[in-house]
Amino acid sequence: MNTVEEYAIDLSGVTKRFGEVVANDHVDLKLKKGEILSILGENGSGKTTLMNMLSGIYFPDEGTIKINGKEVVIHSPKDAFELGIGMIHQHFKLVNVLTAAENIILGLAGSGRLNMEEVRGKILELTGKYGFELDPDQKIYSMSVSQKQTVEIVKVLYRGADIFILDEPTAVLTPQETDRLFEVLRNMQKAGKSIIIITHKLNEVLAISDRVSVLRKGKYIGTVDTKDATVESLTEMMVGEKVSLDIKRSEPKDPHLRIKMQHVSVRNKEGVVKLNDVSFEAFSGEILGIAGIAGSGQKELVEAIAGLQTLENGDIFYEPPEGKEENLSGKTPDEIRRLDIRLAFVPEDRLGMGLVGSMDLTDNMMLRSYKNGGRFFADRKTPKALAEDVVRKLDVVTPGVGTPVRRLSGGNVQKVLVGREIASSPTVLMVAYPVRGLDINSSYTIYNLLNEQKEEGVAVICVGEDLDVLIDLCDRILVLSGGKLTGIVDARNVTKEEIGMLMIGGKG
Amino acid sequence: MTKRGSISRARAWGIRVAAVILSLIVCAIVIVVITKQNPIQVYAGIIDGAVGTKRRLWVTIRETIFLLIVAIGLTPAFKMKFWNIGAEGQILMGGAVSAALMIYLGKTLPNSVLLILIFVLSALAGMIWGLIPAYFKATYNTNETLFTLMLNYVAMQIVTFCIVYWENPPGSNTVGVINASNQGGWIPPLFGTYGMCVILVTAVTVFIAIYMKSSKQGYEIAVVGESQNTARYAGINVKKVIIRTMMLSGAICGFAGALIVSGSSHTISTGTAGGRGFTAIIVAWMSQFNPVIMVVVSLFLAFMQQGAIQIASQFGLNENASDIITGIILFFLIGCEFFVNYKVELIGKHKEA
Amino acid sequence: MELIITFIQKAIGQGIAILFGATGEIITEKSGNLNLGIPGIMYMGGIAGLIGAFFYERNNPAPSPAVGAAIAVLCTLLASALGGLIYSVLTITLRANQNVVGLALTTFGTGFGNFFGGSISKLAGGVGQISVMTTASAFQAKIPGLSNIPVIGSVIFSYGFLTYSAVIIAVLAALFINHTHKGLNLRAVGESPATADAAGINVSAYKYVATVSGAAIAGMGGLYFVMEYLGGTWTNNGFGDRGWLAIALVILALWNPLSAIWGSIVFGGLYIIYIYIPGLTRATQELCKVLPYIVTIIVLVVTSTRNKEEKQPPASLGTSYFREER
Repeated sequence: MNTVEEYAIDLSGVTKRFGEVVANDHVDLKLKKGEILSILGENGSGKTTLMNMLSGIYFPDEGTIKINGKEVVIHSPKDAFELGIGMIHQHFKLVNVLTAAENIILGLAGSGRLNMEEVRGKILELTGKYGFELDPDQKIYSMSVSQKQTVEIVKVLYRGADIFILDEPTAVLTPQETDRLFEVLRNMQKAGKSIIIITHKLNEVLAISDRVSVLRKGKYIGTVDTKDATVESLTEMMVGEKVSLDIKRSEPKDPHLRIKMQHVSVRNKEGVVKLNDVSFEAFSGEILGIAGIAGSGQKELVEAIAGLQTLENGDIFYEPPEGKEENLSGKTPDEIRRLDIRLAFVPEDRLGMGLVGSMDLTDNMMLRSYKNGGRFFADRKTPKALAEDVVRKLDVVTPGVGTPVRRLSGGNVQKVLVGREIASSPTVLMVAYPVRGLDINSSYTIYNLLNEQKEEGVAVICVGEDLDVLIDLCDRILVLSGGKLTGIVDARNVTKEEIGMLMIGGKG
Repeated sequence: MTKRGSISRARAWGIRVAAVILSLIVCAIVIVVITKQNPIQVYAGIIDGAVGTKRRLWVTIRETIFLLIVAIGLTPAFKMKFWNIGAEGQILMGGAVSAALMIYLGKTLPNSVLLILIFVLSALAGMIWGLIPAYFKATYNTNETLFTLMLNYVAMQIVTFCIVYWENPPGSNTVGVINASNQGGWIPPLFGTYGMCVILVTAVTVFIAIYMKSSKQGYEIAVVGESQNTARYAGINVKKVIIRTMMLSGAICGFAGALIVSGSSHTISTGTAGGRGFTAIIVAWMSQFNPVIMVVVSLFLAFMQQGAIQIASQFGLNENASDIITGIILFFLIGCEFFVNYKVELIGKHKEA
Repeated sequence: MELIITFIQKAIGQGIAILFGATGEIITEKSGNLNLGIPGIMYMGGIAGLIGAFFYERNNPAPSPAVGAAIAVLCTLLASALGGLIYSVLTITLRANQNVVGLALTTFGTGFGNFFGGSISKLAGGVGQISVMTTASAFQAKIPGLSNIPVIGSVIFSYGFLTYSAVIIAVLAALFINHTHKGLNLRAVGESPATADAAGINVSAYKYVATVSGAAIAGMGGLYFVMEYLGGTWTNNGFGDRGWLAIALVILALWNPLSAIWGSIVFGGLYIIYIYIPGLTRATQELCKVLPYIVTIIVLVVTSTRNKEEKQPPASLGTSYFREER
């Protein structure tokens, strides 16, 4: 057998640096023709950077790339297309105001007038062959996430690629949509395409791939055949040491009602209903998880409590430990603060909402407290002390409290944000996707902080995407589907499949 | 090519100084090609024009402080990422109010009272001119760049309208020097022609520097500028901050109009703002809102402008040569920031997509 | 009737310079570049054409109108493309702030126009003495025959070739943007450069070409003003604020060159309507001149209160693109 010709992709010694950070350190990787290869690694292990070098977004500092046995130089996405490599990015690269068909032919060499009829025909032929559903004339901005992904895949097929790279394709899909995607991938494999799928979900790796390659902290660890792999062995390769996947969970102590949401509806700026008649209660001393497909109203739900959404309908009551209840609906964050209600909120968009990236730690601590003190001048002494305190207590790695938070790594950014929010000794703590983009150690720091807060009697509300974590961490899980509450389940007695069904609106 | 994590101060300034020197060389080449004079002579002419006599020195100082105060006025707005390119209009409105007060009250009110009135009301006029686009930006997210730009021309037409009533002598279509006899509403000299203006501008500059760095409102402006989402999250009333900040920005520009009219030209025309509203944008941006650097940049530009006017008359060119020179210098200064922020590495063959 | 015909003619006369500028700016903005240097570029284009024609006629005892016109057009295209190139180098390659570069370019371009305008005025013997009669006659030549048709002839066929070019260019620009492969790519660059890049489109190249050719088209507006409108002469600052109106027109036209055609006539009409309203004093005439700006402001406010995906500016407008930014 000719060993060279066997490989569609053969990387050796590929290195990429961003400033002082080494994102990929002499990585070797081989993709056989006609196989599905999973690349497994934690967030920040360099999977995406590596694939971006294959698709021409980045250019490697060192190393060689062979495609179908021939050494190549990929300078631009165009070079990648010519070599038959197509990448489906995690964040879809689609132009919102254009139609599916227009996005699909974007950048193709075509001269003169557009012939949309011909394009449409070719698209329908492809979608028929592999089993997609797609309207070529639909504008991207009116599409669901799964439809957008379909456009991305068809876009690559349309270009006649035979090597496919999918970056975290299932992150935003329901279990059912994931199954359908895998079906399509198998059809493509049967048609002779070679496929790389980047993921950090172990069960998906086992379900779809022929072989698994593992990256850790930018380094290539090794490749195994999927049939010989187990969840345990892959986890060990991925994280380096045996890590217990258990998150400690205590029984709720002395729960009291803190937040009562009644019949709340919210529309977004475009007039789309994001929350539809949602009612629930959150108690002190428990962690309430919020699950749902991305964009099902999780963000609106926590933002509504924080006073960042205009309610179309309904009431949100806050029940303080002592004193009378307050209706939070219609109140701004500032008005809530002035009622001395200590709501802490760690939003999903850390540097776009929770923190100001260009400001240093001290100024970011001020965000919640700058209104205290005198009329004209802002107090910077107290926030500075707080910043130093957070750095010390949570082991934030930073040159100092005068460093812009944008320069910190993702885990440290989150520690700064959570540290600030907890410092206000809140009665309610809301966190949205608290471990997204964090390595395992930072993730556990955050889980422990949440558990500590719960044990201190704080009502914790946690929006999450990893169902395994939600089931292990939370006491109850509230599931949203298309803005509707489809169920609140006991996390100790629920399966992922049951939550998955609720996420797509079915009965659990 | 990569983005620099950080760069030493000395290196950054080295790059900027190199850009200035390069721009001066290019300007010299341009001037030499046009005038066919020895470039040393040309630069001697520029220095002579800017600081050669006491009067010229004061004119350079005057141009510096006028440019500076407008840049200072724009700073809060820009820090908030509100593209106020309507300083021209705000200056004109302030100037028009000053001229009106001088014309109608210049012979009746004592000068000190009149001056206070001029300062307050001209600032108010500029404030209103800043408030209008700010209101629509805050309420409907109306594009402020184009809104403020259009308001410049509305202000210009209002001034033309006023000139019809104020023209002196009649039929000249100009206002002439107002109150030449009793100097009513003129800012009196102090230590020299424009000493009083220097003090006033310094006071405003110091105030804004402290306001932006240490006040709560300054902090709010910075947060709103970086991210409106974060601002809302932190309980900042974004709408209020936008409107309040633009009122402040407009008020300072209106006050600048009063300084120009009461303190220097003692007349009003559509050219009163003289492009300072636009040049100041570039000054504020290039100084990265640091008031000390703003002083230096303003001085440099005023120096070059006055020098260019001198060599233009010396070598029989017209005064617009100074705009060309300013333009060339600006291109270099703007361009050099790239080399401060990015490290250029040539990878393999010369490649930059 | 006579009055209305003259009004329409004058409105078109005022509008064409703005139309050139707006078409150029639309192409530029479709690539994501907000070029506020357009007013300066139009000055550069205008004076360059005039200089070309001036020296041609000066050094040639029997100048030919056609040659003069060709030289003028060529000079204009070169000078205004140069303006676009300066903007492109600074904003695309050196990633400087677009507003700041644009304003600096306007300062430079206006100075450039006035400086050389003043200089050749002096060569010609004083302000208003420049005259390139022969070349200007080529620009002002009406369509023979057709222009003699009553009413229709005067309203539609009584302009120089640049007027028709302006309309044709606007139509071609619309066809290019909406119905060609390259136009589709251009729109993608302006909407989402990262997407375009990933699709194999050379983002910088598109931005460069769009900005430079947009500037060249805009510069023709300066030439139109100098040649067809003024008849081949120069007054300092004579072009006034038409460059800014061109940028305003882009908004009025909602980034569609076809809408810019009628929009330019509306703007032109508003610009001169004070002459045609009876009973205005000098003062109220001045107030009338404010109309185009007020209308633009109203359009700006009205479009901003509506929220329609297709009617918004290109999404990346005003920002520079750097592939390895992270």
